[in-house]
Amino acid sequence: MEREELKRIIECLLFFSDKPLSMDKLSKIIEIDNCDEITGAIEDLKREYELRNSGLQVVNIAEGYQICTRSEFSSWVSKLHKSQTTFQLSLPALETLSIIAYKQPVTRGEIEKIRGVDASCVLRTLLERKLIRISGRKKLPGRPILYGTTQEFRRYFGLRDLSEIPSLDEIKPPLTPTLYPEGRG
Amino acid sequence: MDYRVRLEVFEGPLDLLLHLIKKNELDIFNIPIAQITADYLNYIKLFRKLNLDFAGEFLVMASTLIHIKSRMLLPSIETVEEEEPEDPRAELAARLLEYEKFKEAASMLKEREIIQRDIYGRLPMIPGEEEYTIEASLFDLLDAFQRVVFRAEKEVREIIQEDLRVEDRIREILNLLENRRFISFETIFSGQRTKRLLIVTFLALLELIRLRMVFARQAEPFGNIRVYRAKQELVAQG
Repeated sequence: MEREELKRIIECLLFFSDKPLSMDKLSKIIEIDNCDEITGAIEDLKREYELRNSGLQVVNIAEGYQICTRSEFSSWVSKLHKSQTTFQLSLPALETLSIIAYKQPVTRGEIEKIRGVDASCVLRTLLERKLIRISGRKKLPGRPILYGTTQEFRRYFGLRDLSEIPSLDEIKPPLTPTLYPEGRG
Repeated sequence: MDYRVRLEVFEGPLDLLLHLIKKNELDIFNIPIAQITADYLNYIKLFRKLNLDFAGEFLVMASTLIHIKSRMLLPSIETVEEEEPEDPRAELAARLLEYEKFKEAASMLKEREIIQRDIYGRLPMIPGEEEYTIEASLFDLLDAFQRVVFRAEKEVREIIQEDLRVEDRIREILNLLENRRFISFETIFSGQRTKRLLIVTFLALLELIRLRMVFARQAEPFGNIRVYRAKQELVAQG
C-alpha cells in the first residue's frame, strides 16, 4: 500500500469514528501489523492539517487518534451543538474523579473516607457520563463495587494516557509543610 | 422577604477545616484543637442560622475534633518511657493533607476540562452497545413492570392454579441469560399472563439485582431497560 493511500484511509477512519481509535484497532482494520508505518502516516496527516490551516486537527488522546475541531473555532461549533459546552463537572465530581484516577480500582467507602462526604450521588452522575466504570468487586465482606476511569475520562480531559497526569507525590498543595518535623513517621 | 446569602461553599467537613487552617495560617502538624473546634462550631451555627442544609458529616467531624481534644487533655496510661505517645491529631493532619492533594488534582483536571471543552469530535450517531450504562433505579423498574402488567391485563382473564416460587423464577431468568449477555426487560415477562406470575417474576428479578447477579441498565433516563448478566464467576457462586 502506498503511503499516500494509507494516509487517506486513516483520514477516513479518524473522521468517521466517534471516539479515539486505538493503534490496535487501526492496524486490525487496515490489516497492517507495522505500527511504525501507521504512526508515520498519522504524523504526515497531522502535519498536513496544520500546514493548510485546517479547522480540524488530528489529536492523540485516550490512547488513540481522532479528528477533532480546533479550539479557536469552538464558539461556532457550540452554536450548532449547545449541550456539550454548557456542561461542566462540579467540584465534588472533579474531586471524586481525581481520587478514582489515582487510586483505582477504588470502592465508594474509600472515596468517602478521603473526601469525608457521601459519594453515591456523584458516582451515579459520573457513571452516567461514562467517565467512570464499575471495574469489579473487592474481595471484602459485602463485595463492594470497585470503580475505575474510562476511555471517555481520558478523552474528556485530553489525556493520551494516565501517565500524563502528575503523580500524587508530585502534587504539592500549599499546606504541605516544606520542613517535616523531626522524628515524625 | 426572601434573600440569599452567598458564602463560600464547602464540599464537606474536611474542606471547611482546610479553609479554617489556611485562613488562620495554622501549622497543620500542630493544630490548636481548641481554637479550630470553636471556629468550626461557629460555622455550623452559621449554617443553622442561614437555614443551610448541611449533612450529618459536619457533625461527625465536630465530635471527632472534641474527641481529639479530650484525648489530648487526658494523660495516656500506657505510655512506654522510650516511645513518644502518638499525637491524637496526627491522623487528622494526615487526612487533611491527603484530601488537599486530591483537591489540587481536581483543580488540575478542571484546567484540562476547560481546554478540552473547546475541542469537538464527532458525536455518536447510533446508540451503541455500550450506551446501556445507567443503572435502572427501583422506580424505573416499577414503571417498566407497570407497563408489562398493563399489557398483560388486556390479554387474558383466566384463573389458573399455579405453584409459584421465586427460586424457580430466578432459575428461569438465569436460564434466559445463559448464552446471552443481556435480555430486554420485556423478554423476561413474555408469555406470562397472570398477575401472580408476573409479580413473582418481578420479585425474582429484584432479588437477582439485589444479589448483583444481574444488572438492570438503561441507555438514557426513562429509556428501555436491559437486564445484563453479571460476571460468570458471580453467577456460578449463586
